[in-house]
Amino acid sequence: MYKYDSYDQAMVETRVEEFRDQTRRRLEGKLSEEQFRPLRLMNGLYLQLHAYMLRVAIPYGTLNSAQMHALADIAEKYDRGYGHFTTRQNIQYNWIKLEEAPDLLADLAKVEMHAIQTSGNCIRNISSDHFAGAAADELIDPRPYAELLRQWSSFHPEFSFLPRKFKIAVIASETDRAAMKLHDIGIQIVKNDAGEIGARFYVGGGMGRTPMIAPPIRDFVPLDQLITYSEACLRVYNRYGRRDNKYKARIKILVHELGADEYTRQVEQEFAHLLEQGVEPPLAELERIKPYFADPAFETGLPTEIDRSDPDFALWADQNTHPHKAPGYVSAVISLKPVGGIPGDASTEQMHLMAELSKEYSFDESRVTHTQNIVLPHVRIADLHALWTRLDAAGLGSPNLDTIEDIIACPGLDYCSLANARSIPLAQQISKRFAETGKTRELGELKLKISGCINACGHHHAGHIGILGVDKKGVENYQLLLGGSEAQDTSLAKITGRGFDEAGIISAVETVTDIYLDKREEGERFLDTYRRIGMDPFKEALYGE
Amino acid sequence: MNILTGNNLESGAVVWWDGTGWSLYVDDAVDVGDRADEIIAREQSARRVNSAYVLDASRDEKGVRPAHIKDRVRALGPTVRPDLTLKPKDATAMDWVI
Repeated sequence: MYKYDSYDQAMVETRVEEFRDQTRRRLEGKLSEEQFRPLRLMNGLYLQLHAYMLRVAIPYGTLNSAQMHALADIAEKYDRGYGHFTTRQNIQYNWIKLEEAPDLLADLAKVEMHAIQTSGNCIRNISSDHFAGAAADELIDPRPYAELLRQWSSFHPEFSFLPRKFKIAVIASETDRAAMKLHDIGIQIVKNDAGEIGARFYVGGGMGRTPMIAPPIRDFVPLDQLITYSEACLRVYNRYGRRDNKYKARIKILVHELGADEYTRQVEQEFAHLLEQGVEPPLAELERIKPYFADPAFETGLPTEIDRSDPDFALWADQNTHPHKAPGYVSAVISLKPVGGIPGDASTEQMHLMAELSKEYSFDESRVTHTQNIVLPHVRIADLHALWTRLDAAGLGSPNLDTIEDIIACPGLDYCSLANARSIPLAQQISKRFAETGKTRELGELKLKISGCINACGHHHAGHIGILGVDKKGVENYQLLLGGSEAQDTSLAKITGRGFDEAGIISAVETVTDIYLDKREEGERFLDTYRRIGMDPFKEALYGE
Repeated sequence: MNILTGNNLESGAVVWWDGTGWSLYVDDAVDVGDRADEIIAREQSARRVNSAYVLDASRDEKGVRPAHIKDRVRALGPTVRPDLTLKPKDATAMDWVI
């Protein structure tokens, strides 16, 4: 994986000392909160419901074991013994003290990490496929290009004060595991008819209060023009994106209001201009980056079958592994969704263990998924049982990937000052309910996503089943949505009807899954059945309408 | 009653105006009447509190109860981590929050 050069390290360390000085001035009263707030937000430090919250960037979700150990140490030293992995492949700490934040950032810098641009109206952490560099179905490893975009977007002077925040995802397979079309820019690395590798650009997607699927605006951008084309997309947005209304300031609104054709025309015009300006980084930089993402030394002649004599292990291996490009290997997914647990939370001890296991079994590498799990990307099939045994002993062996227990949930009203309702208790109750009734396996792939407010950090628009928490006269109320997807078949979920209270929404989820079990045809997932039969049978069961 | 809450500037901890200073415990909160703006301005200027605001609450025989669920969650801690609340050993502490 990428290693900082002296410029990267100097930039991060300089920023730590700059923030240390800003914090000192705030505590001495030389900066008001109004002056300090944008400075702390630029360093990922929010003031949340109970305390300061720090969001740490994990570029394209990739960590080495030293970094995972450092995240565990930070949880112990500065927080309350745990961290929360997020839907943008980052980690958040919920109980940070302002006076200690500069020391925390200095500790992060020692392992080539930071919290820069994890807030504010700038280009946020670049996300990617959590199986990048490992997946059997991938064209090439997208991470060198994600890294190039990271370097380009870090401290980009022109894009530090955009109309609104800006999120980019990069993938390189037909299967979308990064919710690419629900990003401000989604980049898919593709091969054209001539066999050349390039980038397809989707622009103007997003969730939030106005969910939109990004339309494709260009089928093929040569990879040696990737940054230039990205710059053109941003420039048009920066110039014409609305700054008078934060609810209409995201690029999705601009693309929608201009129309994709007109937005594209303006981007192409800007692109032609920028090609003459020479803004593309020298090819040598990309060539410098690429070796950091070279394949590890995979062994050959390894066994490709597991010993299925332990049924619990066989279940986990079937459910929580993904095909690898190298024979004898798989990518193993560590579920952070124990039954009744808090989605995405990991304790200090669990993070240390995952770091050790990544070093021992996965060439010193792990990944954070946008579904709030952890991936060990390169595990020998022969090592899977030993790996599972240690995970299971630590409460990390839940065999529930992509099932109704594998719930995405935002922090909700338990932690977030923007939330209207709690998300986590619903996730806990739903996973318990389905584990107890034994329906989890029977339901198969079913993606359930919960947001505690319209900002949609829990991706409820993209859930096969989505739940949105709202405030109904001071009382938590939950809307049920069906039919969303954030995969290659991206779709936006639709609201079933009037909302439910806390107990009611749990029963409602059970009701719609029962309809699916009753109506499904051979091989259909919940989403497939919904798409075939439509909303009416579900509404009738829920409301008698 | 009108009570004041905010976050301690250094630690970020949720605090409540008790008439002379800032307490971690909502039960210590006092009715500030129409003096909220004056107290907030003075206390924020002195850097004793951050992001302070006034809210509706009531007092019953068991203590001070903020009107809105968000402030009740703030008052005790995350409902999903009783061990991290202000009363980790009190199994009934959460009863009035939700």
